Amino acid sequence: MSTNHIVGQSVPRKEGRDKVTGRSKYVDDMVLPNMLFGTTVRSQIPRGRIRNISFGPGIDWNEFVIVSATDIPGKNCIALIGDDQPCLASDFINHPEEPILLLAHPDRHLLPKALKAVSIEYEPLPGIFTMEESERCSGIVWGEGNVFKTYLIEKGDLAGVWEKADYIVEGEYSTGAQEQLYIENNGMIAAFDSAQGITVWGSLQCPYYIHKALMALCNLPAEKVRVVQMETGGAFGGKEDYPSMIAAHAALLAIRAGKPVKIIYDRMEDMAATTKRHPSRTRHRTAVSREGKILGGEIDFTIDGGAYMTLSPVVLSRGAIHAGGPYYWPSVRIIAKAVATNAPPHGAFRGFGAPQSLFAMERHMDRIAHAVGLSPVEIRRRNFLRPGQATTTEQVIREPIDLGKLLDRALEVSDYHSKKQHFAEQSRVGTAKKGMGIAAFLHGAGFTGSGERYLSSVVGVEGCADGNVRVLVSSTEFGQGTNTVLSQIAAEALGLPYESVSMAQPDTLEVPNSGPTVASRTAMVVGKLVQSAALGIAQTLISCSLLRPGYSPDEFRAACQRYVATHGQFRCWSRYESPAGIFWDDEKYKGEAYATFAWAVYIAEVTVDLMTYGVAVDDFVALQEVGKVLHPLLARGQIIGGVAQGIGFSLYEKVVWQNGRMQNGQMTNYIMPTSSDLPHIRVFFEELGNVHGAYGAKGIGELPMDGPAPAIVNAVADALGISFDSIPLLPEDIMDGLDASSQENSSISRIGGR
Amino acid sequence: MTNSRQSAKTEISFTVNGAPKKVSACPMERLLDVLRLDLRLTGAKEGCGEGECGSCSVLLDGVLVNSCLVPVLQAAGTSIVTIEGLATGNELHSLQKAFLECGGAQCGICTPGMILAAFHLLNGKPEPTMEEIREGLSGNLCRCTGYNQIIEAVAEAARHRTTA
Repeated sequence: MSTNHIVGQSVPRKEGRDKVTGRSKYVDDMVLPNMLFGTTVRSQIPRGRIRNISFGPGIDWNEFVIVSATDIPGKNCIALIGDDQPCLASDFINHPEEPILLLAHPDRHLLPKALKAVSIEYEPLPGIFTMEESERCSGIVWGEGNVFKTYLIEKGDLAGVWEKADYIVEGEYSTGAQEQLYIENNGMIAAFDSAQGITVWGSLQCPYYIHKALMALCNLPAEKVRVVQMETGGAFGGKEDYPSMIAAHAALLAIRAGKPVKIIYDRMEDMAATTKRHPSRTRHRTAVSREGKILGGEIDFTIDGGAYMTLSPVVLSRGAIHAGGPYYWPSVRIIAKAVATNAPPHGAFRGFGAPQSLFAMERHMDRIAHAVGLSPVEIRRRNFLRPGQATTTEQVIREPIDLGKLLDRALEVSDYHSKKQHFAEQSRVGTAKKGMGIAAFLHGAGFTGSGERYLSSVVGVEGCADGNVRVLVSSTEFGQGTNTVLSQIAAEALGLPYESVSMAQPDTLEVPNSGPTVASRTAMVVGKLVQSAALGIAQTLISCSLLRPGYSPDEFRAACQRYVATHGQFRCWSRYESPAGIFWDDEKYKGEAYATFAWAVYIAEVTVDLMTYGVAVDDFVALQEVGKVLHPLLARGQIIGGVAQGIGFSLYEKVVWQNGRMQNGQMTNYIMPTSSDLPHIRVFFEELGNVHGAYGAKGIGELPMDGPAPAIVNAVADALGISFDSIPLLPEDIMDGLDASSQENSSISRIGGR
Repeated sequence: MTNSRQSAKTEISFTVNGAPKKVSACPMERLLDVLRLDLRLTGAKEGCGEGECGSCSVLLDGVLVNSCLVPVLQAAGTSIVTIEGLATGNELHSLQKAFLECGGAQCGICTPGMILAAFHLLNGKPEPTMEEIREGLSGNLCRCTGYNQIIEAVAEAARHRTTA
């Protein structure tokens, strides 16, 4: 086999040429004959009963296809975890973007007027709009007590810890909702015929989630539902669960119309109605010794799930498991809760709960440092998890990670110490206050606990008639590099040139269920399966005596051609098997939460302008250990892109809510960073490898979302000497903080920068 | 209603990527829709429909515009360049090559608009500073890349142009 490694090389992005020439086909670029355009009539109230629906004058309603809940052939729900979210509300409304009716017409220009002409009478009921109201049960809006899910993680004995503590440090931290803001809005096309069943093409992350949802909704067997992913213009978790809803709507219209139906959301509908990052509140109470060692603590982590369960239990789980950060806790109690409110359901967004709880942990570490009188560097160094020690779920760290070494390197490349000293001197004068902030964190790769075992993913590799190979997975490309990295892995495994490998379009008729494209699992988990399925192809050819070990690419191609000519279709499959020695207890929430973790130390340098209260991130160092870097250029792109979203999460992006409805659903008033707002983001990798991943890869996609917010807010606190514990941290918040600090100097805790 | 829309249609001529085109469209129809639906040039994308994201960017007589904000009548008699007009046959434009080499395209949805914004920038400033590139692209939003690799791609293309 060839000794030229393809893994580790920055080969050209598989679908890159089509993207830079504008030839890639996204769902809105697709047109089918006789296609209608669909739209969604949504509720105008956050909670209540539908009393009457009437269709107003001035519209020829006979020209429209109209679908309501009564037209649903199967179960009126979007099947996911709790199956509590209706596809179309029939009588009860639980949030202000609840779909009630669907309309379709050949002329899309007629839809807005028709939408306005539908009037719905309601019997409004009081809603719940904050986590606190939900916890107080001032009204019951879901289940018995507004709680979707709770987890309790307990380690050691907290009882004696508080008396032993030299310091007890408390803090409360919160993070806001964040819109994924992929630049391609959500969209789907559905077509139906009674022989083939329903087919949908769309912008999506998880073809088999939609497949499952449509089977239940349309009461169709698996083979009568086909889901095809088109090129997808960004997702970040935002196209994990809601595309099932849009596919369901397009499918219902297509069944009713007997014609294909396209539904493309405009930006405002996409922002208002689809999922966002869960708002969170975290309370820490930590017992600390005089030497700055954490003795134990309580962490109370609560997220706002919105009106339906959707993915909240899983987001909560990841947030809870990451809540203790990369530190050693001799004892800890983590109480996690996802509560219901009358807002559209919150969902997956890169990091999936971890950015929320890690923001709290890393702000809290600076608070502990201040209380004990240690530097932010030293407090972290003294508490880092070490190999042989156990995490909060009692997972023993077996890999040789040295977080102290990561920290040292990050300090060095950011020039932390000399800058910090210089800024402290400089900050006595002038209106530009500079500060430095650190965040140390970890991110578990793959599904949590027994998740990968339940998923039981399958991957195929096909030897084609022309002697090239094709990878068959439902893992989707939406910018992160799935196509490229999985092709590299197959090429490496078979000793073939990268160009000899292609990716099948994710189409449930064609590809097996390799699991959802989420949780930083694609390169690591799916990649390993691709490697093994690819090896199956070579082994088959060798065992048929068509090929000898040490073959050349030409010999492979000839053997593959011969095999297909003789035996027909040539495919090898590989199914996930849980590695030995991995133990997880779903009841007690104990054990190996993740097959492996990626580790990181990020350092932010900021300037706060006291004239405008604006914060500029001047330098950003992102240093991480992510196992083997399979594609340096894509990996660096993932880190920079994640940091950029993290900067948005901390300093720019605020969802303004009123009675459960987003008020600023436009790019004009929901502000994400532009090229002028972001610094040069400096990316550094350490590569320890990972036995569980393809060629030593770990997950990479979500990690960079976790660190920027705490690093930046720690830096702002350092610059101003004031503690800020909520994000987004907008100029007006900084102004309020400074005003409050000068008025009641004593009541605000002062940290750093003195 | 459908009839009244059709009756308001008028013939509008312009040049797209060097080829003369004639369309029958309502004067206030968005140039973006005419390009995408009538001419099937789907490289220009709709991200926001209100001129914020820049993914529908095209050049109108050499000026970078958001085609979602341009009524098609305004394009009458102009020369339009879309992403489909940048490569010469199979030979990619230096910006397209640089975007591939430097990781400037991830999900690809902002890429056509971003490349046209960069094309426009380099036409006016063949040797831009990094700051000028940041400024020149700030009307085009990208959620994937954090812009760093896009900026590097534009700098690389500029270097290539000046040394070629």
